[in-house]
Amino acid sequence: MWAMVAKEFRELRRDRRTVAMMIVLPVLLLVVFGYAANFKVSDIPVVAVGPGASQAASLLRAPTFQVTETDAAGTEATARARLRDGQDVVAVVTGGSRPLVLMDGTQLFSVQTAEAALGRLARPPGVAAPRVRVLYNPDLTTSWVMVPGIAGMILVFIGTLITSLGVVRERQSGTLEQLAVMPLRAWDVIAGKIAPYLLLAAVDMVFIIAIGMGVFHVPFTGNVGVFAVGAALFLLVTTGMGVLISTVSQNQGQAIQLAFMTLLPQVLLSGLIFPVSAMAAGVRWISYLLPLTYFIEISRGVMLKSAPVSALWEPIGLLAVLAVVVLGLAIVRFRRDLAPSVRASGERPRTPEGASA
Amino acid sequence: MSERRAARQGAPEPSGGHGMSWGLEDVRVTRGRTLALDGVTVPAEPGSVTVVVGGDGAGKTTCLQVLTGLLAPDSGTARRPAKEHIGYVPATAGLYTDLTVDENLDFTARAYRLSGADHDRRADQILDRTGLAGVRTRLGGHLSGGMQRKLATGMALLHAPELLVIDEPTTGVDPVSRVELWRLIAGAAADGAAVVASTTYVNEASRAARVVLLEAGKALASGTPDAILRGVSGAVGTAPGPARPAGPSWRRGANWRVWSPDGRLPDDASPVDPDFEDAVVVAALAAASPSSASASSSPPASPPAREARRER
Repeated sequence: MWAMVAKEFRELRRDRRTVAMMIVLPVLLLVVFGYAANFKVSDIPVVAVGPGASQAASLLRAPTFQVTETDAAGTEATARARLRDGQDVVAVVTGGSRPLVLMDGTQLFSVQTAEAALGRLARPPGVAAPRVRVLYNPDLTTSWVMVPGIAGMILVFIGTLITSLGVVRERQSGTLEQLAVMPLRAWDVIAGKIAPYLLLAAVDMVFIIAIGMGVFHVPFTGNVGVFAVGAALFLLVTTGMGVLISTVSQNQGQAIQLAFMTLLPQVLLSGLIFPVSAMAAGVRWISYLLPLTYFIEISRGVMLKSAPVSALWEPIGLLAVLAVVVLGLAIVRFRRDLAPSVRASGERPRTPEGASA
Repeated sequence: MSERRAARQGAPEPSGGHGMSWGLEDVRVTRGRTLALDGVTVPAEPGSVTVVVGGDGAGKTTCLQVLTGLLAPDSGTARRPAKEHIGYVPATAGLYTDLTVDENLDFTARAYRLSGADHDRRADQILDRTGLAGVRTRLGGHLSGGMQRKLATGMALLHAPELLVIDEPTTGVDPVSRVELWRLIAGAAADGAAVVASTTYVNEASRAARVVLLEAGKALASGTPDAILRGVSGAVGTAPGPARPAGPSWRRGANWRVWSPDGRLPDDASPVDPDFEDAVVVAALAAASPSSASASSSPPASPPAREARRER
């Protein structure tokens, strides 16, 4: 038995990535996710509109609420637009016989916290109890909020893991070397390699959304085109991550390890489960580096809130930036795998070649 | 029009009315702190086979990688045609195990942009030559080792390359398949391709037009098998086993071969005409022990080219 133990330790000592996963990662995950795992929401962004906006705003106190704007000239339409565009989660509309409180039902925990806080609120004499209306997800159905996010999570899994495995398989079988000698440009190889996965992931996306609508009755109220643009950018990032992972993995085991290292933070830090706004500032910035964070914003926005492209330009733009960065890095690294001569000599091979140094 | 010319499609015409020669000239490669190749020259002439022979770690694969452009040399010259005219079989499987034989050939044809008619005709020829016509629909992963190497070689030949580079085509392959593989390789040369193959099997090297004997990144000997044979210095003898004779010696079957750099064989050894395998071992011994006296007085436990194998 001791011979086996000694052998295992020797092997582990040389497999630094696995040791890192076993020792460093749990500590890191515990710290990061400990700060991220927080259902208790504070600083819920609120807009108050109408003639009594200032009075309403004065009632909504920190730490539960954070009044972002007080607009005495604003109307219910103004308030709805701000909720739809994701600027606020709660809107107080004054001016009627009773104040109207609108809430963004896609923000489950924020709405639950806000409802509870409103119930505890001490109203000044003469102020009627507000009417509360939850928009986009009136019954606060969990599946309505989760399905658009889970669709993204599944596509992270397919796009990143399956793509990285596909590319690493080429390296392990030695066919990547052959491809490097064939008259194929690096871009042809990368595009040819990820196009089938992109297509399959897109088909998967359609299936997942259709099942979400059919089985879980999740509405799709917005523009399919906007959703498609966001989804396409998101898939480009996830498949790009797959290629990137493959370039630093020598075998499929390493690729799986790395893919899971990217998958886990996306599940826990993207806002899929815990609200990003409830995370500690120290870990919240990680959320803003994750493509799933932006895809969830787009998918919930389009499917549940009919958000127009003007309301989603920020997540769409950031996904586009991520796509350029991740795919760019993937292409650069993959080119190095495919054209080591170019890397080593800094010159393009000539035709016919007389590569002399 | 020859097959090769038909597939050349715009390649530069060879100069001087004969095929352009490719190969390595005085190539030096370092990998980390290791000198992988030290001034190695490997000629690759159209219509002939050059074999790079050596043991594991001798630098054979590095040679072929430099020749194909997979690796840039630190110094020296690598001459090769454009990628469209190179066929390469790596030491690994060199095929897609989850594609069928036909699908593997189809992918190669598309990668080299063969027209549909060219593809069909060449694929049929390749399948006939490799004896794989009966297993066209079988997955690459379900082929035997020998069949996989034949398919990989066939894929590299599909576009009738001007330069065929093939890394250890017969390692781990049964004797019958090895003969068939070498027939394929020789056929490619007969069609006009310059072929460079590596092997650890000394007997296979003797079939080549030119041989480069590599040991620890250096070319110990280079030339035709006859020239290498003629270059054997000293005397080679045979001594009966099991006791090891004095001086540099190595096993040949039940007997020992003995090499004497100064031509004086031990008493129990009788002189023999060295064959190619002897010539390779002698070259390795001479390189390892430039002072013949020291080799004689302190023979290596086994020849420096110990990794180079005899044909099994």
